[in-house]
Amino acid sequence: MKNASLIMIIGPLFLLGLFAFPLWNIMLGAPQYPDPLGMNIHISGIEGVSEFDLQNIDGLNHYIGMKTIPKSGEMWEFDVFPKVIIGMMILGVLIGLLGFFGKLDFKWFLGWFVLMSVLGVLGMYDFNAWLTDYGSNLDPHAIIKVVNEDGTPMTYKPPLLGYQKMLNFDVTSLPSIGAYMMFVGMSLTLLASYMGWKSKGTKVKQQSKEVLAA
Amino acid sequence: MKKHTYLVMGLLGFAALLTSCGNGNQGKGSSGALNSSNAEKVYVAPGEHDEFYAFMSGGYSGNLTVYGLPSGRMFKEIPVFSQFPTSGYGYSEETKPMLNTSHGFVPWDDSHHPDISQTNGELDGRWIFINGNNTPRIARISLSTFETEEIIEVPNSAGNHSSSFVTENTEYVVAGTRFSVPIPQRDMPINQYKGNFQGSLSFISVDPEHGHMDIKFQIIMPGFNYDLSHPGRGKSHGWFFFTTYNTEEASTLQEVNSSQNDKDFIAAINWKKVEEYVNNGGGTKMPANYAHNVYDESTHTATTTMKKEVVTVNPLDVPGAVFFLPTPKSPHGCDVDPTGQYIIGNGKLSADLTIHSFDNMIAAIEGKKFDGEAYGIPILKFEDVLAGTVKSGGLGPLHTEFDGEGNAYTTFFISSEVVKWKLGTWEVIDRKPTYYSVGHLMIPGGNSRKPFGKYVVALNKITKDRYLPVGPEMEHSAQIYDISGDKMELLYDFPTHGEPHYAAGIPAELLAPKSKKFYKLADNKHPYATLGAADSKVVREGKEVHIYMSTIRSHFTPDNIEGVKVGDKVYFHITNQEQDFDVPHGFAVIGANNSELLIMPGQTKTLVWEPKQVGVWPFYCTDFCSALHQEMQGYVRVSPANSNIELSWSLGD
Repeated sequence: MKNASLIMIIGPLFLLGLFAFPLWNIMLGAPQYPDPLGMNIHISGIEGVSEFDLQNIDGLNHYIGMKTIPKSGEMWEFDVFPKVIIGMMILGVLIGLLGFFGKLDFKWFLGWFVLMSVLGVLGMYDFNAWLTDYGSNLDPHAIIKVVNEDGTPMTYKPPLLGYQKMLNFDVTSLPSIGAYMMFVGMSLTLLASYMGWKSKGTKVKQQSKEVLAA
Repeated sequence: MKKHTYLVMGLLGFAALLTSCGNGNQGKGSSGALNSSNAEKVYVAPGEHDEFYAFMSGGYSGNLTVYGLPSGRMFKEIPVFSQFPTSGYGYSEETKPMLNTSHGFVPWDDSHHPDISQTNGELDGRWIFINGNNTPRIARISLSTFETEEIIEVPNSAGNHSSSFVTENTEYVVAGTRFSVPIPQRDMPINQYKGNFQGSLSFISVDPEHGHMDIKFQIIMPGFNYDLSHPGRGKSHGWFFFTTYNTEEASTLQEVNSSQNDKDFIAAINWKKVEEYVNNGGGTKMPANYAHNVYDESTHTATTTMKKEVVTVNPLDVPGAVFFLPTPKSPHGCDVDPTGQYIIGNGKLSADLTIHSFDNMIAAIEGKKFDGEAYGIPILKFEDVLAGTVKSGGLGPLHTEFDGEGNAYTTFFISSEVVKWKLGTWEVIDRKPTYYSVGHLMIPGGNSRKPFGKYVVALNKITKDRYLPVGPEMEHSAQIYDISGDKMELLYDFPTHGEPHYAAGIPAELLAPKSKKFYKLADNKHPYATLGAADSKVVREGKEVHIYMSTIRSHFTPDNIEGVKVGDKVYFHITNQEQDFDVPHGFAVIGANNSELLIMPGQTKTLVWEPKQVGVWPFYCTDFCSALHQEMQGYVRVSPANSNIELSWSLGD
């Protein structure tokens, strides 16, 4: 249980990576953009991959009537997400410490993992909802209005995950270093839960053996 | 029977024809294979980059063109001494001061000899310098923006031809006089040239950080024609060598009268000695009047300062600093090999090349083995300084470059060829024809301590039938040869813009990574910059109207302006808001008496417009900037001079 608790302490610390590295990355390349434009989505805001990428993406998007990319103060998520992440990290480390001193058992480890997973899914859902709004809530006076074959207006929602061709752009959306670190951290807590469960099992077995021997 | 014989003979004849045709095709086939391998050597696949930059002087275009080698593709014309309506250089308010001189605004020149800055005798790729021959000037061009940043006028000079060559650490860029003149200029009979006219050799210091130029001193030499020059390097660093002709000091029909002496001179100048003399307070502060024009990248604006004094040095006042090396037949090019040991005088009226030895020269100076003097300047004995002679068999040697492997390559104007010869043994290794009448040649770094001896480019003076005919006036022709083997191999032939004299080449890897992509708007310190569309405005100051206009794909802000009157002087100050690579906007307005503007991202440029007619006049973007480029337009309402319509401006309703 001690080793499991140590891993449970280390795992949530990986969430700190989200403060240094982007969670997600969206790249936009086109024939006339041999060096693609890119957005790095951090938990506290959106940054350009190169210094002027956001300005240039906004410049392109104005043709099709998309809103400008939100600044840090313009979305509640960028205030709340860092707080949630810090909170979950502290909670996770605390659970690990209490486990180390034998005050809690592995179920708490698993509980943290489940809670983090639920929050993660909610976060993804929210992110996807924003992408949908960003890509489809278009200015009715947009300069270029493209319609699908069925006559409905074309929308420009970037893919949540993977590749999509949008007009002249090749758009690729993938998790970035921060997300990978979060994934590693959460996996560690799952491992800690498993190890905690295993060590409890052996403990019970040992106890029962001792009882039998007595 | 007879008929039959004819038929047989006819068939035989036909067979013979076929056979000979077959032979002919075979011959062509093999040369075709050779050509295709040469084609591969100059073929740069779509999207791939050239191995070298080549900067070719524009000659009478007054500018500098940028090419790629080995492809021969032209990338850019950099305006230097000539107005350039394409970008507005020399027309925009910001760049007009670049062309100021003591003779007023001089919108043209004849640019000859580009030279790239060096550190420790090797190309460092910071700047390239070039001379204006007609109204003596030296320009410095940035090799990160590829724009002219500075032009300094050279006083006491005329025909600024033995220029603009840099010393080993770019301590100086040197400018010499081709046409000697009265110094200072005065009203005097031309036929009193001899003994009265003089030639100045100017040493212009280059600030190591910013590159700013300042005339440190001018050596006032006898009235010969100082034709070309090159710095010493390595062991001869600290010396500079100038070829001369017209040591006869003729003032008329020089064609004949300047060609009488069997030998003219190479002037050897110990500039370190003169520098020390000047640093210790030597020299004469002479009143002068010359322009110094500096372009500031942060304000995107040039300013002119008129300088009123120059330090002149009489060579007789600095003993041991100036010597003459007799050199046959009106030498033209003056070239120094990569080790600094050999000084080559290309005697243009001769078949031979004269090579002087630096070591011999020093020994002769130390031994005081002089062969008389000219105007008090010691003349060394020809035999004492001579290292060797190249008996080339060619005619009219002009210029020599080096491959860094111990070989030299000399152009022969009259016999239209490049001759490869070996330094030290003076034997001719190879010769190849040029098309036609070659002037300069260029090996990247070929006049530095470290040449990149892969290609040589021959820059020809006569084109004739090399390309599809385009009437009497044609571009000049250039040929590129592979010099990586023992024998030179002609690879390709391409036209060059203007009349390139000299050129300078440099490996692409030294320049390409630091080429600027755009100017940062946040760093724009132009006093009339519009740093955001919200800051755009129109301000009247008496008869002057200043329009602070911004551009972004695909509109001007403002695009409707009213309240301008006939007789107003309207300044369009246009700032390009884009912050992306290769998104310029253009600006043109109907009836402008100057040019258009091409404004790079983050840059501000100003065009003056003086409307003469009442009406509503359009302006528009001239650079196809985006899908909505055609919509990038606006109107200025021009009212009668006595109208009381207030200034107003807008974008959208």
